Amino acid sequence: MPHGEVTRVAVTGIGVICAIGNTREEFARGLREGRCGIGEITLADVSSMRFQRGAEVRGYDAARHFEPKQIEMIDRFAQFAAIAAREAVADAGIAWTDELRENTAIITGACVGGKTSEDAQFWEVYRLQKSRVHPMTIPRTMANAGASFISLDLGLPGPAWTVSTACSSSNHAIAQAFRMVRAGDAEVAIAGGSEATFSFGILKAWEAMRVVSPDTCRPFSKDRTGMILGEGGAMLVLEPLDRALQRGAQVYCEIAGAGMSSDAHHITQPSVGGPVRAMRMALRDAQATAEQVDYINAHGTGTDANDTTETAAIREVFGVHADRLQVSSTKSMHGHTLGAAGAIEAAATSLAFRNGFVPATVNYREPDPRCDLDVVPNTARDRQIECALSNSFAFGGLNAVVLFRRVRVQ
Amino acid sequence: MAENVTEEVLDVIAETQRIPREKVTADARFEELGMDSMDAVNILFALEDKFDITIPDEQAKKIRSIRDVVDGVQALVNVKCPTAK
Repeated sequence: MPHGEVTRVAVTGIGVICAIGNTREEFARGLREGRCGIGEITLADVSSMRFQRGAEVRGYDAARHFEPKQIEMIDRFAQFAAIAAREAVADAGIAWTDELRENTAIITGACVGGKTSEDAQFWEVYRLQKSRVHPMTIPRTMANAGASFISLDLGLPGPAWTVSTACSSSNHAIAQAFRMVRAGDAEVAIAGGSEATFSFGILKAWEAMRVVSPDTCRPFSKDRTGMILGEGGAMLVLEPLDRALQRGAQVYCEIAGAGMSSDAHHITQPSVGGPVRAMRMALRDAQATAEQVDYINAHGTGTDANDTTETAAIREVFGVHADRLQVSSTKSMHGHTLGAAGAIEAAATSLAFRNGFVPATVNYREPDPRCDLDVVPNTARDRQIECALSNSFAFGGLNAVVLFRRVRVQ
Repeated sequence: MAENVTEEVLDVIAETQRIPREKVTADARFEELGMDSMDAVNILFALEDKFDITIPDEQAKKIRSIRDVVDGVQALVNVKCPTAK
């Protein structure tokens, strides 16, 4: 590479498991069809709760993916991380050498982590008065279990860690991985996130916040009633574009920039300024102009506060160009997967580049003058996107935005 | 007694918000007391505990003033115990 030239970072592999697809291609079809993965919650008894619906991974059988001893050792969230990582690495078709293994970074995002395991074991001692918990409770619970198990499973002894910034976790993870590859600190990176939130205690905590919809997730629709929790995992394989092209790998798109900010405003209420700073930083980092962006995969949770604030932030960053943007929330299909959200949405965006479509915001019914963007209501569009942002804005006011660009292979 | 419910609701709000009780009047609006949506959620939680009631999300979303809170709690208390007018 000539001196001074910036390393471009390609997405060459994707793995996904979530409510609208247990594999990458099933997920891509679900996105294209606008399939909504929201249904009755079956993983916990929610009969006494104010909400009963969520976006669960359906038909999941851990035994099809792991040995019994492994299942004992790793929580559902870390299983999703490993399943997505296996699929992403196979998709990228990487020919491993010992040196490459050492130079591969693993960065995962998780918010809840293995608290589902913790919840179950605490029930044993608090409620059932048992004298002990399962000895695997700590390793199952730790938020880094996803990253740790990927490294064990794939035999990758390079740098690996986990970022936990609530709903921005995996966008922060992808941003870190992108910067490592761009800087030459890693030759390949596996980055993404996973989450498995459906346990009684955790759902009670969400119920108490009064932000979960009793119905479904309708981002940007005037009659929206809140978010819908989801679970799943997604991983991307990132590597230098030159390297990918040399080895004849498929390239979904490139990650060209990342922006981060904190609101410094309120522990749960969103602000306009924080998201504005993160989006602007992502544009600057990619040396992109606002006018080059044609799609935003929005944070779009379906809460009143997020959707109006995000709309205002997009208008502030993009000015008149905001009216030419297509802005959709795929959370309307796969739910809000918290620490996995950025990863699943990065996968959605990357697949949209490859398959030439713009994902829709489903369940949309009524325009809201406070969310007056083109939100691609209900039906995906067959249109090639050129440059996209994927937004994640977390409770705690921590924001991360990733910028994706189409790669035209000569 | 309706009076009692009002007074008890005002007590809970003052206590939850850690603001002087005399500032909390039935006619005060949330914004005047410097309260945001998370404060409201905390108050609803305390009220549910105090009166042993469940305040539905739909009803919670319509609350704008302390008067709305008092009326809402009173209605739920009445349903729970019809003689406590």
